[in-house]
Amino acid sequence: MKAKPIIAISNLYKSFGKNEVLKGINLTVNDGENLVILGRSGSGKSVTIKCLVGLVQADKGKIQIFDEEVTTLNNDDLNYIRMSIGFMFQNGALYDSMSVRQNLTFTLKHHTQNLAEEEIEIKIIEALESVGLAEAIDKMPAELSGGMKKRIALARAIIIKPKIILYDEPTSGLDTITSREISELILSVQKKYKTSSIIITHDMACAKMTGNRILILKEGQINAEGTYVELEKSKDEWVHSFFI
Amino acid sequence: MTLYLKNIFNDAGNVTQFTLRFFKELFKPPFQFREFIRQCFVVGYKTLPLISITGFIMGLVLTIQSRPTLLKFGAESWLPSMVSLSLIREIAPVVTALICAGKIASGIGAELGSMKVTEQIDAMEVSAINPYKYLVVTRILATTLMVPLLVIYADFIGIYGGYVGYNIHGSMTLFRYFSDVLEHLEFLDFFPAVIKTFFFGFFIGLIGSYKGFNASNGTASVGIAANEAVVAASLSVFIIDMMAVQLTDLFF
Ligand SMILES: Nc1ncnc2c1ncn2[C@@H]1O[C@H](COP(=O)(O)OP(=O)(O)OP(=O)(O)O)[C@@H](O)[C@H]1O
Ligand SMILES: [Mg+2]
Repeated sequence: MKAKPIIAISNLYKSFGKNEVLKGINLTVNDGENLVILGRSGSGKSVTIKCLVGLVQADKGKIQIFDEEVTTLNNDDLNYIRMSIGFMFQNGALYDSMSVRQNLTFTLKHHTQNLAEEEIEIKIIEALESVGLAEAIDKMPAELSGGMKKRIALARAIIIKPKIILYDEPTSGLDTITSREISELILSVQKKYKTSSIIITHDMACAKMTGNRILILKEGQINAEGTYVELEKSKDEWVHSFFI
Repeated sequence: MTLYLKNIFNDAGNVTQFTLRFFKELFKPPFQFREFIRQCFVVGYKTLPLISITGFIMGLVLTIQSRPTLLKFGAESWLPSMVSLSLIREIAPVVTALICAGKIASGIGAELGSMKVTEQIDAMEVSAINPYKYLVVTRILATTLMVPLLVIYADFIGIYGGYVGYNIHGSMTLFRYFSDVLEHLEFLDFFPAVIKTFFFGFFIGLIGSYKGFNASNGTASVGIAANEAVVAASLSVFIIDMMAVQLTDLFF
């Protein structure tokens, strides 16, 4: 018997005015799985995962996380689900009026009430060490490079020990070496914290390394699905074009 | 034209909702006390030098300008009380509020606008942090509290400016000047003027937050949010002032 999926999206629609972005998305993420979503720029990848956490209101369709129907939850229940989701934004979205330490503390304190200062400190160091940036703890976001920002954003996402992590283009704008480091990080987070993830990316190397399964988004629908090796061999010209 | 009207009504509806949300969230714990204090500090720190200078100059200039007129009527002794009356009732509140509209409303608009554009507000939301409560409620409360305090400060600085202006031609000790001012000052000169400054502060914070919080995507919208915040906040200061004066006139 197949285990129940952690995330199940069915028949999801979303349009902004006349711009129909999502036209019936169906996808599932299984327990402990890294699902990669590929797709051209503007195909609605970010919108999909924003619908998932309720940042964008879907027009139609079902979204289930841990068996809860997210689209009909009230704000408090939605927040409860959000507590077990880490979200890494496309451009980091670090709070730029706060230092790295404050970024992490702020997130952690709102997540887990009544933590002692020492516990917070330990968790911050642990999170920063797992992204290899313990020395940046007192820097401001403006002093960080693009790759460092992404890694801090990852640290901020994992500090709450989420069961689900949503990565929006974790490697975009980075050199190949840093990209590989981030991909390795994603893999190690998956192993260490037993997370289930959705990884949006344009970076085929990252998709190959991190993805247990890959979906390709085209014109608002899932157009192809499979492992990297399967899709690479696809006869479909359009699918194949991603792998050149 | 109909589109224009539709936009106005739409905006009015949104502002109303935004305002109602403030009162709803205000009484829901937990209260973000530290952020509130930080915002109070920011408001005070940003405007204090400006307000000191303008307040002083207002008092000084007003005294120098009024002296010839009063001299004509042989009423030079009225100079201190007249100047401080106009300062306390009208000039200090409005000038201070306008400075805050320029400095604080635009600052809030730009800050929240850029947080919106760079998805920091979204990031708070997915972390189950209520961004409205954390960012907006604290800022509106801070301006509502700080603008009246700044106005009272401006009153004092202005009166001191008047003292300096008076002593260019006359001679009076600071103590006598102030006791002369206080002697002619009534509760009703002071009280309505202070009340209206709370409204100034409230609307400066509200408009700045509204414009920033609702900035559209793209970096250009940050500038637009800041700019619109200044214009709308300054305008609201005049409108509130007009209404306040009419109301005081009606009741007292
Ligand atoms: N808040 C919004 N308001 C209006 N339109 C939006 C909004 N967010 C996204 N869109 C539109 O939805 C479409 C898909 O956007 P999305 O950000 O999901 O693309 P993406 O697949 O993530 O692309 P990229 O790889 O460039 O990040 C775009 O056409 C965009 O203009
Ligand atoms: Mg995107």
